[in-house]
Amino acid sequence: MAAGESPLEQFAIKRLVEINIGGVDASFTNSAAMMVIVVVLVTLFLTLSMRGNAMVPTRWQSIAELSYELIAKTVRDGVGLEGRKYFPFVFTLFMFILFCNLLGLIPYSFTVTSHIVVTFAFAAFIFIGVTILGLVRHGAKFFSLFLPEGVPIALAPLLVPIEIISYLSRPISLSVRLAANMMAGHTIIKVFAGFVVALGLFGIAPFVFLILLYALETMIAFLQAYVFAVLTCLYLNDSIHLHH
Amino acid sequence: MPQMEFADYAPQLIWLAITFITLYVLMSRIALPRIADVLEQRQLRLSNDLEQASALRDEATKALEAYEATMAEARSQAHAIAMETRDKIAAEAEKRRAAFDAELEAQTAKEEERIQKAIAEVESNVRDVAIATAQAAGAKLLGEDLPADALGRAVDSQMEQRA
Repeated sequence: MAAGESPLEQFAIKRLVEINIGGVDASFTNSAAMMVIVVVLVTLFLTLSMRGNAMVPTRWQSIAELSYELIAKTVRDGVGLEGRKYFPFVFTLFMFILFCNLLGLIPYSFTVTSHIVVTFAFAAFIFIGVTILGLVRHGAKFFSLFLPEGVPIALAPLLVPIEIISYLSRPISLSVRLAANMMAGHTIIKVFAGFVVALGLFGIAPFVFLILLYALETMIAFLQAYVFAVLTCLYLNDSIHLHH
Repeated sequence: MPQMEFADYAPQLIWLAITFITLYVLMSRIALPRIADVLEQRQLRLSNDLEQASALRDEATKALEAYEATMAEARSQAHAIAMETRDKIAAEAEKRRAAFDAELEAQTAKEEERIQKAIAEVESNVRDVAIATAQAAGAKLLGEDLPADALGRAVDSQMEQRA
């Protein structure tokens, strides 16, 4: 297979503007370009749609309000009233990931969230932030998170390591889930798109499949962004309330 | 695999930080407060409208109650007036009837008296005529004058018998 035809070619980072600050490579890449587009689009979407401030919302305003209420409800149900402070963060996170996922579905664009380094940065930030939050809030009592309540003390030597491992694997599962979903979906789409071209007239079969796959991927793009937000709320809740 | 190009990590992370922080600031400072404001105002408006509606309903219920009370009062008043009027008319009629009865009685008494007087007069005349007739008959048939007081007694006893 030639280099340009590899299904993984779409994930390649291309430097659009070479920038080097103090020996650190800060080049403006295709990934960075997509991130900037995402910021612009999310901001435009949420400000233009709310421009009317209408009592009876327009279609766009409804979508903006709906996304607001979806995340507000998720935070409220997941974390409770103490979660209000973290709502802007969870909302930004959701919108950023959602737009990255959706824009990545446009042919010839780039999927920021298909890179494990990006999703892991999010996950690590959340993991470290949540851990610090728990330690500041509860001090040493925070470690009771690793020993579920009502468990016989004899089981502690077994359970505590398991809980610690599960806690430490959170950022890995969180980041891998998103990046793997994005990467796998886009790769499959690319492979089937290749079949459509290769089979000529018979390409109609993989083309139909491609359409269905595309719908599925659109749903996954939304779902994974939402899962990311829900899990963030879950981890926040653990740190604030220490297992209820 | 492009995801494993470690050289590409630094630019991605740097731009991720820049863009995400920018978006966070834009969201938390501008976009989210505006949406929250609209939602809150709508909630306020809704609860206000609901409150107003329930206040209006209470008012309407009160007005209906007042109307019903007024109606009942008017009805009882009308009833009272009707009763009073009826009583008054009845009393008036009674009074008139009594007056008429009294007048009638007086008139009857007066007439009766007159008739009585006429009868007495006639009666006394009949006696005189009878006595005179008897005297005249006595003079004609017997040729003697019959004593008037004896005739008078005879006439009286005859009249008593016939009466």
